[in-house]
Amino acid sequence: MVLTVGEFVQAQGQYLHLKLLAGGGGLKRRISAMEVNRPGLALMGHLERFRAERIQVIGRGEESFLRKLNHGAGGQIFRKIFGFRRLPCFVVTSNLAPSRLLLDFCERHKVPLFQSALETEEFVGELHSYLESRLAPFRYFHGVLVEVYGLGVLICGKSGVGKSECALELLKRGHFFIGDDLIKIKRLPGEILIGEAAREDFGSYMEVRGLGVINVASLFGIGSVMDSTRIELVVTFEIWQGPRVKSNYERVGLTERTKKILGAAVPHVTFPVFPGRNLAILLEVASLNQRLKNKGVYSAIEFEKKILEKTAGAKK
Amino acid sequence: MCSSRGVGVLQKRFIVPNKMGLHARSAAMLVQAAGRFASEVRFSKDGIEVNGKSVMGVMMLAAGCGSELEIRIWGPDEAKAMEAVQRIFDQKFLED
Repeated sequence: MVLTVGEFVQAQGQYLHLKLLAGGGGLKRRISAMEVNRPGLALMGHLERFRAERIQVIGRGEESFLRKLNHGAGGQIFRKIFGFRRLPCFVVTSNLAPSRLLLDFCERHKVPLFQSALETEEFVGELHSYLESRLAPFRYFHGVLVEVYGLGVLICGKSGVGKSECALELLKRGHFFIGDDLIKIKRLPGEILIGEAAREDFGSYMEVRGLGVINVASLFGIGSVMDSTRIELVVTFEIWQGPRVKSNYERVGLTERTKKILGAAVPHVTFPVFPGRNLAILLEVASLNQRLKNKGVYSAIEFEKKILEKTAGAKK
Repeated sequence: MCSSRGVGVLQKRFIVPNKMGLHARSAAMLVQAAGRFASEVRFSKDGIEVNGKSVMGVMMLAAGCGSELEIRIWGPDEAKAMEAVQRIFDQKFLED
């Protein structure tokens, strides 16, 4: 989750219309905050709770204030502001020309200063959405990620349990493949989990025991693969230990089980696996059932209600 | 979630010894060795951890010659599994 100013500019410079004006020696500075800061209060000299670690955005308001500031007073305030070591960079928006003073301080303290052609409002919005995704907490998972009936499903289970075979069957049935084996999951605000292949630069490969590595996009067509999906269901496959081993598989479905990923709860279904079981159709139904639940239809509860009505009627 | 972290975990660092690094053949050697044991096997490099029984995972580490791998093993036959992995590294994947 480390992002330097240099990396940020390389990734977004063109998109955000950024031009480096000063402080090029500070491109190794780190961006650690998702939010941006409008340093209005700081420029007034109020530096209590100054959010120095954020990208400092100077718009028309700040710029016109700076222009009114005389050199002596401005220098005094800037000395204080640039005393904060964690400043990542400054950006002046709307193609404004920054004051000489700001240029000098940025150059001297090696704090990059950029000019963006975008208006402040647009710039802040675009920057925030980029930082939110780029600095989002993430984890790697061992599993297969597919999208089934529009729902991202993470298939978990030990090596050799049949995750990849299940994905193949799902592909045959017209569902989508995102990644095999190493999945990177990011958490975005609102408990949203986005999954993608951890090494998307390698392409959409999958290992099938007995066959080796196959190229999913070539075999099933480019329309069968996706770059990322929102994970809304986790399915775990477990080798079935037989009827004598005490197990905890859901039989009625009245209890909603969830799995915590990066602190976000995701509905979780566990299937016992034994030879001859059609895992793909189980997964399809699990996905459809989850979609019903997302719409507020809980089949198990409905059924239970009908039973209860009958049993209550029988007593009278 | 898909990996559990036990208390007693065998942990060892290895330097990839062969010129070609963990390519298909060398990765397959490791994965096949790990797959013979009931224990859980994890390889990690640069903060990415993969299942040591999955050839895709191990290859995706893109571990070149001289890079450092951390291997963690836990389960009923962890010591034997670690020995088997050690042997493969000692033999430099029968390459070079």
